[in-house]
Amino acid sequence: MADTPLQVTGSQTKHEQTISVLDVLGGAMKRSVAAVQDYAELSFRGITNLATKPYYFQDTLDQMDDIGVGSLPIILLSGFFIGGVMVLQTGAQFVRFGQTSLTGDVVSLALVRELGPAITGLLTAGRCSSGMASELGSMLVTEQVDAMRAMGTDPSRKLVTPRLLATLLMVPLLTGMMVFVGLLGGCVASVFSLRLSAVEFWRRSINALEFADLMQGLMKSLVFGFILATVGCYKGLTVRGGTQGVGRATTQSVVISSVLIIVADLFLTKLSLYLANKIF
Amino acid sequence: MAGYGSMLPTQTHSAITFENVRLGFDEGDILRGVSFCVRQRETLILLGETGTGKTLTLKLAAGLLRPDSGSVEVLGHKISELPEEQLLAFRRKIGFVFQEGALFDSIPVADNVAYRLHEDRVASEEIEPRVREVLRFVELEHAIDLLPSELSGGMRRRVSIARALINQPPIVLYDSPTAGLDPLTSQTIITLILRLRDVYGVTALLATHRLQDGFALANFQFDPHSGRVVHNSQNGNAAAAANVARTRFLVYRNGEVYFEGEPEEIANSNDPYLKLFLE
Repeated sequence: MADTPLQVTGSQTKHEQTISVLDVLGGAMKRSVAAVQDYAELSFRGITNLATKPYYFQDTLDQMDDIGVGSLPIILLSGFFIGGVMVLQTGAQFVRFGQTSLTGDVVSLALVRELGPAITGLLTAGRCSSGMASELGSMLVTEQVDAMRAMGTDPSRKLVTPRLLATLLMVPLLTGMMVFVGLLGGCVASVFSLRLSAVEFWRRSINALEFADLMQGLMKSLVFGFILATVGCYKGLTVRGGTQGVGRATTQSVVISSVLIIVADLFLTKLSLYLANKIF
Repeated sequence: MAGYGSMLPTQTHSAITFENVRLGFDEGDILRGVSFCVRQRETLILLGETGTGKTLTLKLAAGLLRPDSGSVEVLGHKISELPEEQLLAFRRKIGFVFQEGALFDSIPVADNVAYRLHEDRVASEEIEPRVREVLRFVELEHAIDLLPSELSGGMRRRVSIARALINQPPIVLYDSPTAGLDPLTSQTIITLILRLRDVYGVTALLATHRLQDGFALANFQFDPHSGRVVHNSQNGNAAAAANVARTRFLVYRNGEVYFEGEPEEIANSNDPYLKLFLE
């Protein structure tokens, strides 16, 4: 049982007649370790499946459409207003020093390095990680995943890899779109609120950026995409408890992937700054 | 369905063998040392109350689960020891009809039935005739473009049977194929299973809690010449001697084999537990 894929390996403990606190804590710890192990194994297989046939191009394209095109409206809308808010908030501070022209620099750096990848990651996690968990979870409880295996298809290949690949391709693109639209929103806000010239805003925004900043944004968006796809797929494929379990898995996938994205952001920022000093 | 002709087994050696199989979960052991075998061309009716491990037995036979101990051998392969990659290839020799059909609900009937062919990269001009052929066999050719959500419960089971048949497997596993269906629809499904057995010589393991399904399979046969279901006068050793399909019963109780034998034995039994099914 333990090596049957997509099953939580810690679930085979036998029922005890008398249960002590230590047993309960030990059991919970074992389940947590087993869950991390299963998650790591599923993620690893999701990636290594790319090295061997069969490939599911159509499924990958469908997922790219769903994740990329489907998320575009919320990303564009959010990006525009976040850019605008950034300009209003920072501009209000710069006005005190008479340095409103610096607004473009700050907004651009913040969007490319931090807000673009993080907000895109969180919004896509809310929309797609939950979608993956609920779709795969529903398939699991209605035995569609078992039917797939019974017909000789590896679910990690057919269900996980296309979603992971599509997310890895789409989240950086969505991040790029969000940054651009964010700067557009910032430009509009700076023109109407701070009375800056649009050309000046764009010139300073672009000049403020260095190659390391773009790399930082790209690296973050790739890692956030990986997190939201693997967490969504893992939670979906380990659903227990019928439709109620599907609901629980959906919520958990959003919560876990969002928290992981925020935690990973800190370490990635530190790593990026370190690498920027060493390499660029 | 022409491919079945070459697969008709002439020998009576075992197609599925369970040896002292144990399987448990958090709540304890479900199967406690189960041993039985299904001979080729035989239909084994697996009876038992809900939760006695019928579905688990089918999933073990398909290699979807691994036993905690004991061995499962199917068509000469010890599938309880095969790695998942080899199991995926092996499962193409087995048809599995799930209890609720387990159809992929976001794709139409045609794509559900053709799923295995798409996976095997079969040429698209070959796929449609084969899909129509199996759908005609289950009398659902008109539903080819419908979505599973547009089908009734009985139609979904029939599509599920068609999907299991598409690449002509020598073994078909049925998980409660008539559960939750009205008597008339149940009869249609049983007739379909009879046809599959008697026309194509499929070996079957059928889990059910309805004894009448088992008796229908034991007492009737499909006559390909007249195209009708007729009374079957031979079973047991006589059937084996005449090389016609035979039906046996296996009854689970508390995770163990409680009874294994011919339809006559279970019908004439005075055992109180077996009588529960008869009543």
